[in-house]
Amino acid sequence: MDGVAPNSLAVRTENVCRHYQMGEAVVRAVDGISIDIRAGEFVALLGASGSGKSSLLNLVAGLDRPTSGAVIVHGNNLAALSREALAKYRLHSVGMVFQSFNLIPSMSLFENVELPMRFAEVDRRERSTLARQSLERVGLSGRLAHRPTELSGGEQQRASLARALINRPKLLLADEPTGNLDSRTGTEIMELIRSFNQSLGMTVLMVTHEQALAEKYAGRMLHLADGKLVDDIANTSSLQAPVPRGETQ
Amino acid sequence: MKFYDVTDLAVRNLRESIFRNSLTTIGISVGVASLVAMLSLGIGLQQLASRRLQKSGLFDTVVASSKRDLRNFREQREEGPPPAESPSLDEAARKKIEQLSGVVEAYPDIRFVTEVRFDDKPHLTMIAGVPFSAKNNNDAFDGMQGRFFSSEGSPEVILQKSFAEELLGVKPKLGADDTNIAALAKPLLGKELTMRYAERTASPSASTSASPLASRSTTAPGDGAAYSVVSRQQVLKIVAVTDLDPDSLRGAARARVFLPLKLVQDLHVVQSGMRDTSASDAPSYSSLSVRVASPNQVPAVEDAIKKMGFSAFSLVDATRSMRQFFAVLDALLAIFGSLALAVASIGIVNTLVMAILERRREIGIMKAIGASDADVRGLFFAEAGAMGLVGGTVGVTLGWAIGRLINFGTNIYLERQHFPPAQIWSVPLWLVLSAIAFSIVVSLLSGLYPAARAARLDPVQALRYE
Repeated sequence: MDGVAPNSLAVRTENVCRHYQMGEAVVRAVDGISIDIRAGEFVALLGASGSGKSSLLNLVAGLDRPTSGAVIVHGNNLAALSREALAKYRLHSVGMVFQSFNLIPSMSLFENVELPMRFAEVDRRERSTLARQSLERVGLSGRLAHRPTELSGGEQQRASLARALINRPKLLLADEPTGNLDSRTGTEIMELIRSFNQSLGMTVLMVTHEQALAEKYAGRMLHLADGKLVDDIANTSSLQAPVPRGETQ
Repeated sequence: MKFYDVTDLAVRNLRESIFRNSLTTIGISVGVASLVAMLSLGIGLQQLASRRLQKSGLFDTVVASSKRDLRNFREQREEGPPPAESPSLDEAARKKIEQLSGVVEAYPDIRFVTEVRFDDKPHLTMIAGVPFSAKNNNDAFDGMQGRFFSSEGSPEVILQKSFAEELLGVKPKLGADDTNIAALAKPLLGKELTMRYAERTASPSASTSASPLASRSTTAPGDGAAYSVVSRQQVLKIVAVTDLDPDSLRGAARARVFLPLKLVQDLHVVQSGMRDTSASDAPSYSSLSVRVASPNQVPAVEDAIKKMGFSAFSLVDATRSMRQFFAVLDALLAIFGSLALAVASIGIVNTLVMAILERRREIGIMKAIGASDADVRGLFFAEAGAMGLVGGTVGVTLGWAIGRLINFGTNIYLERQHFPPAQIWSVPLWLVLSAIAFSIVVSLLSGLYPAARAARLDPVQALRYE
């Protein structure tokens, strides 16, 4: 997260569209959304199923390319990046947490967390230390050698968080991180995300359909419907004070 | 990703589907084994033929002959003086030829037709002198029954199988030759036969061990010198019977009885068709066999002998044709052997494409957390390469074992047919390394399409895959 000044612009989308051709029909998953997210903000993307939340998240994650418009993250227009540059962006600038955890089942927790550092060509000794520290931070230091299937959902999501943070990204993207967890475990995970947001100053963009969860943790709530941004609400009641929206427009 | 990490992840992935990957690797092993077995037999046969021909003098021998010997006369075919004015192929010339660069030895080719008596029965045959060095460099004597001459000039004789049969009154069988050479040699070894021959002397005198039977004097025209031809006989001890034909290259003029060359020289036997008008004691030869250190030096030696005024020929062209034949044979064997490897490569493509389908989500996860197209491609390449390396190594071992087994079986068959054992299989180091390298290259080529397909996977689509 070096080089990112607090309150500077972390994510900007400019009239971004993502349309899919489904036979004769065109599905407008994201349809002209323009938003600005400042560094250190905790933003929740809310909406019903099919509203375009995950599609927008994928665009910001650099997993997908917009049909039109621009997605600018820390000054880089992702639409203009090559496949190789996008991979580097995902490796170094973004951490992702998924609803279904997405840990590789054939690898131990340690190996799962270590994997992004292999792609980053981090020295073997250094990555061993960092992976242990990261798992320790999420309370899984005793589960290094376990495979994901040997763990509870909460533990798997914590491991997923440890992996997302291993390369010290500037932006954490979470797609329904508590969707497969019970409420108590979900709260544990959200507390972890909040602590990273607050202690590390990491920008968080979280997709959820749980209004209560968003209200509790997010400083700002963006409501989507039919691929369009229908509401942008600063949440003063959240545990995180909303970041002032400066002259970024 | 670093090479170590790619390799580590590839090995881990291969272990995850150990059964399927093992089957694919076995497919590669069988392909490589068939290739190695075929080529090892091709190379072995080539080496066997080369050894045989080399020892027969086909590769490394130049035959030098005097132009005075009109049996070798070819009208207007060779440069130099006419036969009557050409130099004599005598002992001085032999020594000069022996001093040429690359020449190991030059020995006279002495052969003559004469009568041999065994059990008081006469037998006519061609007799040839054999240099003592043939003990080590002519493999026709390798599988014989008995032993080689005890010394350079010992009154001993080696018989060719067909002449041994003639002495014993055994009629040669038609069809496959399954003569038991040991049984044939047993009644002959240690026995004596008497050779009758014509000795040429400058002045008639008594010989040492041979006894004169009759004599005839001749006056050479021109110089008034005279020499005598004395009929003599020599008792010889049979020391061996050869299964192979040491003189097979001579065709119809091949000998069936072999004496030590030194003995034949000492006996001053008159050779048939030899034109020598000198009355001196110094021998003059019809032709010399010039053994050269390596086949590469044969043309140079041949040229040098021609420059000395003698005729010279070698069978370099014949050996070139033989090498060409074996090159074609090896290529054909390699193609047949590679067919199995080609089939195995389809197995690799299938295994890796299946792996992409199975690991679609995993590929999506890797891309989502930062793997580049090159990382994913490299991973699948490494898996293909690892299967190629393991398959190649196992295949070479298997091919080596198959070749050895075929060699073993062939030698049992040869033994039953009373032939000496032969090494018809060879796995040189270059074949081992080339086969493994070839296996890896074929595997990598097979991995090209699956690796490219895996690298192109859309991470969003891949992450949705269940």
